[in-house]
Amino acid sequence: MSAQAISGQPLDRTDGPAKVTGKARYAGEYPAEGLLYGSVVSSAVAHGRIRHIDCQAALALPGVIEVLHHGNRPPMAADDEPYEDDDAADGHPFRPLFNDRVLYSGQPVALVIAENLELARYAGSLVRVEIDAGSHQTDLCAARDQGYDAPAELPKPRGDFAEAFNAAPLRIDAQYSTPNEHHNPMEPHASTVIVEADGSLLIHDKTQGTQNSQAYVQEVFKLPKEQVRVCAAFVGGAFGSGLRPQYQLALAVMGALKLKRSVRVTLTRQQMFTFGYRPRTLQRLQLGADADGRLLAIRHEATGQTSRFEDFSEHVVEWSGMLYRCDNVAMAYQLVPLDVYTPLDMRAPGAALGLIGLECAMDELAEQVGLDPVALRQVNFADSNGNEGKPYSSKALRECYEQGAERFGWERRNPVPRSQQEGDELIGWGMAGGVWEAMQMKASAKARLDADGHLWVSSATTDIGTGTYTVMTQIAADAAGMAVEDITFQLGDSSLPTAPLQGGSFTVSSVGSAVRQACQVLRSKLVTLAQARYPALAGEPADRFVVADGQLQVGERRFAFADLLQGAGDDALEVQITAEPGAKREGFACATHSAVFVEVRVDEALGTLRVSRVVSAVAAGRVINPKTARSQILGGVVWGVGMALHEQAEVDHNLGRTMNHNLAEYHIPVNADMGEVEVIFVDEPDDIVNELGSKGVGEIGVVGVAAAVANALYHATGRRVRDFPLTVDKILG
Amino acid sequence: MSDSDCIPAHQPLELSINGQRHQLQVAPWMTLLDLLRDQLDLTGSKKGCDHGQCGACTVLRNGQRVNACLTLAIMCDGDCITTIEGLADDERLHPLQQAFIRHDAFQCGYCTPGQICSAVALASEGRALSRAEIQEGMSGNLCRCGAYGNIVAAVEEALPQMIASDQGGPRA
Repeated sequence: MSAQAISGQPLDRTDGPAKVTGKARYAGEYPAEGLLYGSVVSSAVAHGRIRHIDCQAALALPGVIEVLHHGNRPPMAADDEPYEDDDAADGHPFRPLFNDRVLYSGQPVALVIAENLELARYAGSLVRVEIDAGSHQTDLCAARDQGYDAPAELPKPRGDFAEAFNAAPLRIDAQYSTPNEHHNPMEPHASTVIVEADGSLLIHDKTQGTQNSQAYVQEVFKLPKEQVRVCAAFVGGAFGSGLRPQYQLALAVMGALKLKRSVRVTLTRQQMFTFGYRPRTLQRLQLGADADGRLLAIRHEATGQTSRFEDFSEHVVEWSGMLYRCDNVAMAYQLVPLDVYTPLDMRAPGAALGLIGLECAMDELAEQVGLDPVALRQVNFADSNGNEGKPYSSKALRECYEQGAERFGWERRNPVPRSQQEGDELIGWGMAGGVWEAMQMKASAKARLDADGHLWVSSATTDIGTGTYTVMTQIAADAAGMAVEDITFQLGDSSLPTAPLQGGSFTVSSVGSAVRQACQVLRSKLVTLAQARYPALAGEPADRFVVADGQLQVGERRFAFADLLQGAGDDALEVQITAEPGAKREGFACATHSAVFVEVRVDEALGTLRVSRVVSAVAAGRVINPKTARSQILGGVVWGVGMALHEQAEVDHNLGRTMNHNLAEYHIPVNADMGEVEVIFVDEPDDIVNELGSKGVGEIGVVGVAAAVANALYHATGRRVRDFPLTVDKILG
Repeated sequence: MSDSDCIPAHQPLELSINGQRHQLQVAPWMTLLDLLRDQLDLTGSKKGCDHGQCGACTVLRNGQRVNACLTLAIMCDGDCITTIEGLADDERLHPLQQAFIRHDAFQCGYCTPGQICSAVALASEGRALSRAEIQEGMSGNLCRCGAYGNIVAAVEEALPQMIASDQGGPRA
């Protein structure tokens, strides 16, 4: 067993060399014999019925092979169930090219397939789609009266909110709003469907769940399971956009089935705005407190948009019942159906929105109480989750407040708005707290030790940039007692052991536990095998056995694997394990927490706001790789700054269409937008959350950041902006 | 004129890519990016937007950084193109590639080839002297994973070495 644990060390990414040399291939980059290129034709109206699709001009071009549409596509399932993927919302899933109905602007209505991409795209411009347009509504505010309770189950109300709120000496009642935001991973969604010699499909898909895509294709097109294999060795970002099979997958499969040839469909950046997104929300926060700032009443109400065919719900308001101690809590969550596509989980879904309302309102309350914003939160610290009535397995949020504040220099903050200025810039300091669930899902992993002493560990999970390849290798190294160099972790293949979707910050917790168990069992089997074969080893304690240099080493003695594994079947030792959430978790609530401190510099003459400094202190249990985990938090902070200042789909409600559907007009932070960001992982031992004690860090970095920026803007200028993003017009306003 | 007449005939094109000469026939509407990715299977250069808005397709054209998605292939007749595949010296990574790994200057890796090519050219432009200038000079390359801070750290570390060894220039 290695003397020092590999977990906890800042290992460089094992997939780093492939990524910096251009050797890492993404879904739309696999070559195939006779590959054809598909180009999607999209609807320009938001609601209607296709009267006619004229493909003649497109088909007349030499090199154009086919134009697929609802009238000539291959057979596909008619009922909802086959389309209901692992992240499906309630309702009737969208069925691409299924019939003549147009449900939203940007909907795919045809696929041109040609010998090269440019030809396919040009031919697409020649396809005439005639649509009888109906009336549409895409404006959440205009249709608010059509809202209904979201199907998601909310925590039961506790205490008596109305009475406690009305009696509270201090009250905040404020409304906040957030816009539609699109994931926009740098890699556009793409699927390469390769038709193998036996007619089976090998699909390279941009997905966060190879088995999710596999099951979708198999069920929608009624194919035998062994005829469909989905791979995703590298995923160029996803942030939730790959949690559901997107329409390019279905379209590419249709092309391949119809033509019996390999087909690739890559969406354009414009088309990246034509499926799931973070929905616009309207929020109302009511906080009642006593003169010391103790929360007496909380009510959080949110209204989000959804499509007319599915009810998308996420956890927007729940956080207000669990982050702070409060006996009188009420929540409400409504959906408004519009002629749009269904929203989709997007990095820290729900929490990134709900914490904007809650943490801005807490800042407003701190001012009313006359208490420092950190002190207000400390006064209301909860060591149990009030929604569930369960204590937290660990919650080092106090340490986040303290260490974050100290590193930031918070104690020097003058609470008076407009009290800090340098040249033309007003300087503001704001903070917010963050919370995200620490979940664990059932997951499987396989460990196989070859006769040459190399350990292959595998699971069907993905690595969307999170560092899965690397951290799983580290976990395997510790569990097997082997060096990282002797281990390869394989992922992104539906034929590997079952893994949940990669999302929700639960991959380390879920897949990592399976990897650990598989490698531990493999190691003990190896020891047993060696002791059975070499009686001299019978008395040796297990930790004396070392696998290194392709040999089993016990003290000074060396044993060749080839001898050891002879007769072990396949000349290798193999273990497959399924790990489930531990029984210890029952009775506890498990969550990650954070405190984020932000400095902004505001030029009131220009209305510009710059985030010059951020300190994010995170309590996420044990950190497996401080280098990749830090990167997750850094990235989360960039996302939070984008939510605060930049991101917003501008919808023309007359046309029912997103107008800024490109990366020049849909703004995300660029390098020069980011000030210094410092990340602190506070110590948080937790042997309840899972066997690794690790909670996951993919979401928590985003949560609270936008609120902290808005709170800093208030501190700088004395102006509360409650409508996000905080753009120039609102700062000047 | 029928639509099929609109499809232009292929044109001859001769250029050097990563030190290797290529004699090609390309459609005039083909971009340098599609030539690299679809015709030559050099998929290291990425397509993020196809509109010159994200920088993922950045390559070096005669040592200068260009958006390959906005560059028609036939404009590059006689040019020397360097892509991410041509930066390493056999198995030895370019100093910037090493720095990107060491500083974890990427996550998903999709913008990375463009970031690295962009920074290689930046070194030869002589105006990335401060951290703020590096940030400004690298702002044409979007990174949705948000690795900006680490990208700046990697570029800061590798810049002096690149300038000293003139590794910012085109490959011979």
